[in-house]
Amino acid sequence: MSAVRGGAQRYGAEPSTATRRSILIIVGVVFLVPIAALLEFTFRIGQPAANGVQAYGFQHYLDIVSPANEQAYAPLYQGILNSLTICVITVFIVLVLLLPTMILVELKFPKYRRVLEFVCIIPITVPSIVLVVGFIPIYSVVAQIFGSSPWTLAFAIGVIVLPYAYRPIAANLAGVDVTTLSEAGRSLGAGWVSVIWSVILPNLRRGILSAVFITIAVVLGEYTIASFLSQNTFQTALVLIQQTDPYVGAISAVFALLFAFVLLLVIGRLGTVRRSRPPQRKGQVS
Amino acid sequence: MTAAATSAPATTTHGVGTRSRRRSAVWLGLAPFAVYIVLFLVIPAALAVGSGFFMSAGAFTLANLRAFADPNIQSDFVSTIGISAATAIVGAVIGAVVCFALLGARPDSFLRTVVDSASSVLAQFGGVMLAFAFVATIGQQGLITVLLERYLGLQTNIFTVFNNNGPLLYQVVGLVVPYLYFQVPLMVLTFMPAMEGLKATWGEANATLGGTRFTYWTRIAMPILAPAFFGSVILLFANSFSSYATAAALIDQGGILPLDIKQQLTSETVVGVQNVAGVLALGMVVVMIILMTAYSALQRRASRWQR
Repeated sequence: MSAVRGGAQRYGAEPSTATRRSILIIVGVVFLVPIAALLEFTFRIGQPAANGVQAYGFQHYLDIVSPANEQAYAPLYQGILNSLTICVITVFIVLVLLLPTMILVELKFPKYRRVLEFVCIIPITVPSIVLVVGFIPIYSVVAQIFGSSPWTLAFAIGVIVLPYAYRPIAANLAGVDVTTLSEAGRSLGAGWVSVIWSVILPNLRRGILSAVFITIAVVLGEYTIASFLSQNTFQTALVLIQQTDPYVGAISAVFALLFAFVLLLVIGRLGTVRRSRPPQRKGQVS
Repeated sequence: MTAAATSAPATTTHGVGTRSRRRSAVWLGLAPFAVYIVLFLVIPAALAVGSGFFMSAGAFTLANLRAFADPNIQSDFVSTIGISAATAIVGAVIGAVVCFALLGARPDSFLRTVVDSASSVLAQFGGVMLAFAFVATIGQQGLITVLLERYLGLQTNIFTVFNNNGPLLYQVVGLVVPYLYFQVPLMVLTFMPAMEGLKATWGEANATLGGTRFTYWTRIAMPILAPAFFGSVILLFANSFSSYATAAALIDQGGILPLDIKQQLTSETVVGVQNVAGVLALGMVVVMIILMTAYSALQRRASRWQR
């Protein structure tokens, strides 16, 4: 693919620079408009004057940090806090339930790789809005055991996260020959624990990190299950606060989108560190 | 959950000899995940889909399926499919054009990383927040709506009055706009690997054989990309068919199936039969299974060229 790049004569699929730039600029601008509008909205002060001129300022940003409004925004803070708790538990589910199972299947039951993949893809075929119909009766039982605290949502969201968490780990597993690695470790006298801890896991670091980050993004963005199970999370709090104070809703949305973007940008860079390794000759660590 | 996991050894460690015992110990390693999946995926899915077959009192019945004969539900089914099809096709075409434009950029370039991350955010994270963004853009006080009013004097434009029915954004048809905003990025994410699979050597072969860029696209690239393209269209369709958050943040009533499920769960509106939410869930799952089967078939065909 890279051979003909930049040549005067183009044989393959690559577009000319002019075509490429114009497509990307047009689509990019169109896609920036709603984000720009959201940002513009956060700076608005009051309604436009009679001559149609809109006043702008940092009023609503100051409102958020003002102690006088602490009461009004308490549900939002609580929602963020709840979402973060759910994040931690969901990441725990991914690391303690999904990851060991994937490694075990890879090492001991490679025949069942397809089965595991199928299971992890099911949440795409059975959408959240369908699953909630079944989660409602399940959670009446869960509530009896654990109470109805928000953190219990992590069990349900852990399932929603499966397809996203599975993919980066599976991609990483496919690129690393864990069977040979673990046999090498075993033949050098390492026990299973140290093989997994100091041989396999370090090799899967990139996939695991990606899985954790995408899990965080999905948990913070989850709305359907939380709203049906009547829990206060970041997204349900946003919808709630939007009705009384749309500006704070918009500000939170801007920051959340930005946060998720940075998180995923880090995943992207993690991926390229590895991809760009072969051409580099020396001085490469990790 | 833990209780179920620890009760398992009692039944499985009866094996004679160390080898079979070790084997079953390894099998046990799969137990926690299996228990979790059964409790929080298999049972909820079965409950959701199965509840449509039961009366509220618990007796089995097929009568609830009559809900599909309800004209409102039928028309909502049609609008859900209509919106999904429209956003899938338009989103796929725009997304494919973006993928084409990205072909010149190296996969590890800054541009590609930014586009990939932005696409993931919009495709997987947006939901409620995208609804807010569009309220701020084409809602009644939205940036574009206000600009149209102030500078073009269009007090009544498509965004304030659509179809004599109030602002476009709060109608079911209006969902097409925010939905496209996550469909195009999803297309970029799913179709880019196929685009990257086009090998430079094919272009060279085409050129040596006297072909033009036009024949390259019509005879080589398009036939090779077709299965991946239609697979992505199906995935986009499924994505919009099953998405809930954006619609819920914009529309209070029903109108598409996910919103109808919410209405049925929160206030049993009259359709004349019980457990309508379960019946609708069943209908959605049937459609999703058909879609995902078609998708994986097309994906298998497409992956031939991506080695």
